[in-house]
Amino acid sequence: MSKSLVEGTIVSNEPISSDCYSMFISAADIANAAVPGQFINVYINDGSKLLPRPISICEIVDDKVRIVFRAVGGGTKELATYKAGEVVRVMGPLGNGYPLEQDKSYMLIGGGIGIPPLLELSKRLKGDINIVLGYRDEIFLADEFAKYGKVYIASEDGKTGVKGNVIDAINEYDLSADIIYSCGPTPMLRGLKAYGSEHNIKTYLSLEERMACGIGACLGCVTKSTDVDSHSHVNNKRVCKDGPVFEASEVDL
Amino acid sequence: MNLSVNYAGVTFKNPITVASGTFGSGVEYSEFVDLNRLGAVTTKGVADRPWEGNPTPRIAETYGGMLNAVGLQNPGIDVFVERDIPFLKQYDTGIIVNVCGHSEEEYVNVVERLNDVDVDMLEINVSCPNVKEGGIAFGTDPKQLNHVTKLVKSHSNKPVIMKLSPNVTDIAEMARAAEDGGADGISLINTITGMKIDVDRRKFVLANQTGGLSGPAIHPVAVRMVYQASHAVKIPIIGMGGVMNAYDALELILAGATMVSVGTANFINPNATVEIIDGIEEYMKKNGVDDINDLIGAVE
Ligand SMILES: Cc1cc2nc3c(=O)[nH]c(=O)nc-3n(C[C@H](O)[C@H](O)[C@H](O)COP(=O)(O)OP(=O)(O)OC[C@H]3O[C@@H](n4cnc5c(N)ncnc54)[C@H](O)[C@@H]3O)c2cc1C
Ligand SMILES: Cc1cc2nc3c(=O)[nH]c(=O)nc-3n(C[C@H](O)[C@H](O)[C@H](O)COP(=O)(O)O)c2cc1C
Ligand code: FES
Repeated sequence: MSKSLVEGTIVSNEPISSDCYSMFISAADIANAAVPGQFINVYINDGSKLLPRPISICEIVDDKVRIVFRAVGGGTKELATYKAGEVVRVMGPLGNGYPLEQDKSYMLIGGGIGIPPLLELSKRLKGDINIVLGYRDEIFLADEFAKYGKVYIASEDGKTGVKGNVIDAINEYDLSADIIYSCGPTPMLRGLKAYGSEHNIKTYLSLEERMACGIGACLGCVTKSTDVDSHSHVNNKRVCKDGPVFEASEVDL
Repeated sequence: MNLSVNYAGVTFKNPITVASGTFGSGVEYSEFVDLNRLGAVTTKGVADRPWEGNPTPRIAETYGGMLNAVGLQNPGIDVFVERDIPFLKQYDTGIIVNVCGHSEEEYVNVVERLNDVDVDMLEINVSCPNVKEGGIAFGTDPKQLNHVTKLVKSHSNKPVIMKLSPNVTDIAEMARAAEDGGADGISLINTITGMKIDVDRRKFVLANQTGGLSGPAIHPVAVRMVYQASHAVKIPIIGMGGVMNAYDALELILAGATMVSVGTANFINPNATVEIIDGIEEYMKKNGVDDINDLIGAVE
């Protein structure tokens, strides 16, 4: 699973909601090496934005990597303007990805812009798949997930699915599973960590942290871990290298 | 064409090294960079025991730069010597070990431990602005700097480079204080203390509130300080601060640096070091320069 730094050609870049975009990048070396839950570093052309943007791999299709991102700040807003045929520098695949534990029952739980990495995962798992997606208001990607499992939706405005968050949806539909795979904002992950331990469900969380190098060298992106980490032998695992996916009991959120 | 330089009695195949803390011990970057190409690898600051560093967020991007408040997280000298040195020894590159400490005693512990380890030079970080108890006092008061330089020199059998903080009014005075203390060289600049506030949340972006500014935003400050320091002392200089390409590196060499470290640029382009070495060679070819040493301090 070696990492590559490549000039990827953008195959398409289209809005899928008022502020989310779906981009396919042709990058065979990355596509061939990647597993679900890994991410790529996207380098922004505007040189004043120095640091690469870490973005999860949403899907791998042949030699293409798909990312789905929300235009929130300068970097992602610039990324939203890139057109098919243009070239973007990307590095990946980075991080560990979700461990695939086959032939079990699963809940894939995503919140907001944490939803995309679960798509490739849902394609690769064999077993009983329930997919719980939490949104603030606008829904995206839900129809694509429906091909790979049963989809349950929670929205904060209550316009779609259960009004509330993903835990409200789990309770409302009385869902259970052997394994939880999740990605989303920290408060949601904190809630799922507690939920998983209470219900004795093995729970994987994909975390986010501010990054610089993205490959484990700068120690910028650590998270408090219950065991000693392999790098500094303190309790600071690197989200970019030891993660972004951790078993819930590994981290102190 | 000669790219090799002699720094404090040690020969390096070219003047390019990496800035401490931006490259770890080279393990991670070795996937992208042929470490054999580098003049030297300068390793992340190491103390006499493991340090946890600061809480997160530790990183914030700024216009043309970045702030970091990693707080010198490191595994301590024992793990470093047993794990990282053997890794680097596989390569044909120099090794410069960056040393940090909260107290005189801690510096001495690390330096003595390295006496029987085969590395080329030590770089003493007296300037990290992140750790409240230590660093900063040694690095901003010439008397203290002079004192710690003497102390480290008296316990070390290796060439000792003192790494200077830019957070001072008179860099020449600091350079002289290190030279008078017996330093074999100086390196500069470390990061410039900065702060970033999230206006929407009305909160500090970094958990540590302040952080060290690095990257292209600080390059002109580095050029000025290297120039001033090189006119104040005779000992050789490692210049750094915002070097993104060969021209930036050459600027520091023309200002008086014998070697140049590449730091933040590694985050933007993992292959930056090698591209810079190639770029320097190209510049020399184009301009008929046979020896890189002819460019050191050659600004008119
Ligand atoms: C492992 C990982 C996977 C991610 N996957 C996705 C994804 O699939 N889709 C998506 O839309 N977003 C994802 N993010 C978040 C994404 O990295 C940020 O939204 C993006 O960096 C914002 O950049 P900006 O220039 O638009 O914002 P700005 O706020 O201008 O960015 C300023 C700096 O802060 C950093 N930053 C800002 N927000 C975040 C954040 N939430 N996490 C980490 N760094 C941040 C930026 O990288 C940049 O260095 C992921 C983050 C991580 C760590
Ligand atoms: C993430 C990060 C970590 C750093 N860690 C150290 C360190 O451990 N010891 C040290 O002396 N300097 C450290 N520095 C400072 C750099 O070595 C260098 O002096 C500074 O970043 C300026 O160079 P640049 O602009 O090329 O990065 C660090 C810088 C960064 C960005
Ligand atoms: S971003 Fe550098 S160690 Fe994770």
